[in-house]
Amino acid sequence: MASKRTAKKFLQFSFLPLAIFTIVLIVPFVNGVYYTFTDWDGFEATKLVGFDNYIKSFQDPTFWATLRFTALFVVISMIAVNAVAFGLALIVTSKLRSRNILRTFFFVPNLIGGVVLGVIWQFIFNSALVSIANKYDWELFKESWLNDTNKAFWALIIVTVWQSSGYMMIVYITGLISIEQDILEASQIDGASPMRTLLAIKIPLMAQAFTIALFLTLRGGFMAYDVNLALTGGGPFRETELISMHIFQDAFANGNFGTGQSKAVVMFIVVALAALVQVTVSKRYEVQR
Amino acid sequence: MKTRPRLGKKITFIVGTILAFAYVFPFFLVFVNSLKLKYDILANPLSIPTSITWDNFQQALEKMNFYRSLTNSIIITVLSVSLLIFFSSMLAYYLARTKKKHTKYIFLILVTSMIVPFQALMIPFMARFAPFVSWNNRGALIFFYIGFGTALSTFLYHGFISNIPTEIDEAASIDGASDLTAFWKIIFPMMRPITATVAIINALWIWNDFLLPRLVLTDESQTLPLSTYLFYGQYSIEYGQAMAGLVLAVIPIVIFYLVLQKQFISGISQGAVK
Repeated sequence: MASKRTAKKFLQFSFLPLAIFTIVLIVPFVNGVYYTFTDWDGFEATKLVGFDNYIKSFQDPTFWATLRFTALFVVISMIAVNAVAFGLALIVTSKLRSRNILRTFFFVPNLIGGVVLGVIWQFIFNSALVSIANKYDWELFKESWLNDTNKAFWALIIVTVWQSSGYMMIVYITGLISIEQDILEASQIDGASPMRTLLAIKIPLMAQAFTIALFLTLRGGFMAYDVNLALTGGGPFRETELISMHIFQDAFANGNFGTGQSKAVVMFIVVALAALVQVTVSKRYEVQR
Repeated sequence: MKTRPRLGKKITFIVGTILAFAYVFPFFLVFVNSLKLKYDILANPLSIPTSITWDNFQQALEKMNFYRSLTNSIIITVLSVSLLIFFSSMLAYYLARTKKKHTKYIFLILVTSMIVPFQALMIPFMARFAPFVSWNNRGALIFFYIGFGTALSTFLYHGFISNIPTEIDEAASIDGASDLTAFWKIIFPMMRPITATVAIINALWIWNDFLLPRLVLTDESQTLPLSTYLFYGQYSIEYGQAMAGLVLAVIPIVIFYLVLQKQFISGISQGAVK
């Protein structure tokens, strides 16, 4: 009787969701890894080819350039987004009367999809700033930032910070308000300066928020596609292509399904390793309460 | 002693206000220019419009098929989120309440799967599901969203259910309720806070998603981000119209947010910290 009921419960509660999850995620994943070891052309695979696709991928100089560009983007955007987001969280948790309005303002870019944000900033960099710079003779913006690889990189960073800092701010706010009030009062009575309280008490006690926000920005950085597409479109000269766009181009624009998919598997491995290292290191700083 | 915190407060206020302006300024710029004639925009994008024109909006509404894309976005988001809530709450209940080896492994697989980027799947994904997609692309997209959303949603529900005492299930079972009745009549209503979180996190993601709809949807079934992007690409020379299109794309989600602001903030903080 009991086993019949558990079997029934399994079918009723978990069969469909697990089936859909398997079809949508597990099957393409296993398939995708398998295809990289074959001569798959998008339609059929006739024979195994070993590591040929991976070797070809790593012989592609643009792939290396993309990897470097993506790594730089991930590191800089992680630092910038989290520094700004933590600052915003401090402002919004202070005793300002306008804190709720400020929080809304900081959060709004986050509601909007990366494509729309990217396009808005494309207008700003390509048209608005250029026209203002020419009017007031402002050297820095006379030429659109998106026409220069280095400046386009910083444009990507600026838009990413603007987009994600509001979300990470919420994560940090949650961390900041979880700190018990009596600990903060005790430090005040002991005469600790606000800076000292921040560094010696608040940050260590909310280290978990840093682990989460760093993880989310790391993952977001590797997966960034929308802003990249809408803001720079990979240009100039495909020099600002992040890894997602590179894979998309390789497979769907150039029809290289074999190398495209091996690059995707490489991306997965890099993301998984980077996330593992980041979480392990961050966890070490968390205080058990 | 007293002057220092006050000075600090003043600095915080000034920095905060400047930053807030910087954060909304792009939207302001887009809005102002959506009301201007092309000539005025090119002359000075910062100026306040000398004469307001709504023509840009009319053009954009028509050319980007705004109402059609809005309807598509709403249908796809509402159906995907509802089904995700339905499926993942049940799955989470099963996994949390059945303390067996296999449930542990299933849960572990679900959690691990969250690290897999969509890009790692998309190529075989499109090859494998092409027939399904061409049969019914909207239905396929909703099906895919359920698959991709299951892990996080189940994880969120799982954490919540673990805090509901099992005595409640036992009492329902003694009273003769079946497992399904007990879940839907008693447990599910108790999970309202986490249901709100799951709904908001998934709605935000699905509403704004671009890559998957771009691969899956046809012209007639475009969602708002897709039609905005294509419209902007085609008409970016018509600055005023392009700006009006962007304003239209931004408005629905901002209204939604302003109405449900509290749920949004608590939803995101809960969703992230778990």
